[in-house]
Amino acid sequence: MAKITFITTDNESVTLEADSGSVMELAVQNNIKGIDGDCGGVCSCATCHVHVAPEHVEKAGEASEIEKDMLELDDNADEFSRLCCQLDVTDQLDGIILRVAV
Amino acid sequence: MKKSELSDPFEQARLEKGYGEMNDQDDPVTILLRHKDVRKCAHNWKTFQSGAVPGRIVVPSEVNIRETRQIPFEVDPPMHGGYRAIVEPWFKRPLQPEYQAKLTAQIQDLVDEVADWDSVEVVSDFALRLQSRALTLLLNIPYEEAQTWIEWGTHVFRSEDDALDGSKAAILYDYIDAQIDKAIAQPGEDLYSVLLDSELDGKKLTREEVKGVMILTFAGGRDTVINAVTNSIAYFAEHPESLTRLRNEPEITGRAIEELIRYFAPLTHMGRVVTEDTQVCEHAAKADTRVSLCWASANRDAAVFEKPNEVVLDRKLNPHVSFGFSHHNCLGATHARQIMNILVKTLADKVQSIDILASQENIEELGEFNRKVGFDSIKVKFNAR
Repeated sequence: MAKITFITTDNESVTLEADSGSVMELAVQNNIKGIDGDCGGVCSCATCHVHVAPEHVEKAGEASEIEKDMLELDDNADEFSRLCCQLDVTDQLDGIILRVAV
Repeated sequence: MKKSELSDPFEQARLEKGYGEMNDQDDPVTILLRHKDVRKCAHNWKTFQSGAVPGRIVVPSEVNIRETRQIPFEVDPPMHGGYRAIVEPWFKRPLQPEYQAKLTAQIQDLVDEVADWDSVEVVSDFALRLQSRALTLLLNIPYEEAQTWIEWGTHVFRSEDDALDGSKAAILYDYIDAQIDKAIAQPGEDLYSVLLDSELDGKKLTREEVKGVMILTFAGGRDTVINAVTNSIAYFAEHPESLTRLRNEPEITGRAIEELIRYFAPLTHMGRVVTEDTQVCEHAAKADTRVSLCWASANRDAAVFEKPNEVVLDRKLNPHVSFGFSHHNCLGATHARQIMNILVKTLADKVQSIDILASQENIEELGEFNRKVGFDSIKVKFNAR
């Protein structure tokens, strides 16, 4: 079981628990504002963009080339950006804080 | 070759030089073929503009048959963002359960109706009717209105002999004018009325702006949806094992939809006008010339996709560009995805197999390339479960 905290663009903080699926699915199921997941999680739409809290970057691990290429063309992306459809919920993510991108 | 197969005519040019060329009404187009270039140029709206003369970014150009600017499609940032913010919530309505329930009922009824016919011409008997009926939901208007659009035929601009038929375009424009008049006289809860009541920077949208959004809504989602639906039927006819798999593993439906949409690329490409002298894959692109972003080619780029010419139903990483990319990504994508999702689930549920009886391919001519985008007609027999 992993605890995952989302901070939305209006600074609302929501902590959810899960043990499977992707972080995007968890966010969409719980109506986290700003996470749409239009493509269902195949890394084609970039509507699940989050910034990982700098101290939690290791928990999230490194993005694949395909994800990096996608983020490279997102004006709001920075070194902490991830597409959360590419983050599988595992114990490794426990405690992670994700700020929903604009 | 299987009838449902869509080959990739761009491969050699994509690998060797990265672009192709076509003439179009003396306003030539450099067709960009590589995934990376296509996405980069789609993102760079300053150099590769959508807000040119209305109709010019469309290939074939509609400059001679249209004056109304399609909105937000032919507007660039920052104005684009304002328009997009107005229309976006409306075009996300397909995510609502009640919308999905109505769409499901429409598609189930249609499949039930044709299931015992001896022969179904998929384009006109199935896809056109499905698309037209579903559009009544997107516009939030009475179901009966679909009959008018069905009678228009498969493409609001295209007739049998002429890719750009001005008289056919006039039918759509006159119709939309009349519908706007109706909504002004008697506002309701339909898209026309909602747009007429919307404001941008404190000012109500003008009639011309409302018309621009409506033309886009009608034109953008017509032959694209028809191609996606028709090609899906052809695919499942020749891949009954995929239908069985979707029945047994419904959890892969979302991935399957994205993969079919990648493979079909219902819109082959879309143009941009170059605003300053620049270079794309070492090819000079001069100011005031046109390039096009070839979604169909980018979707088969082996630098990005493994087995690009195969339908891999549960493809996990699928950064396809069938809905475009960046600011101008498809406004109707949510609606289109719901149509595909419900169609696939309904077929898996109700249909055992599909036999193709006869077919006529729809081939687009793009200069040096000929691309099959779907079918002019395809007769099938559905075998119910």
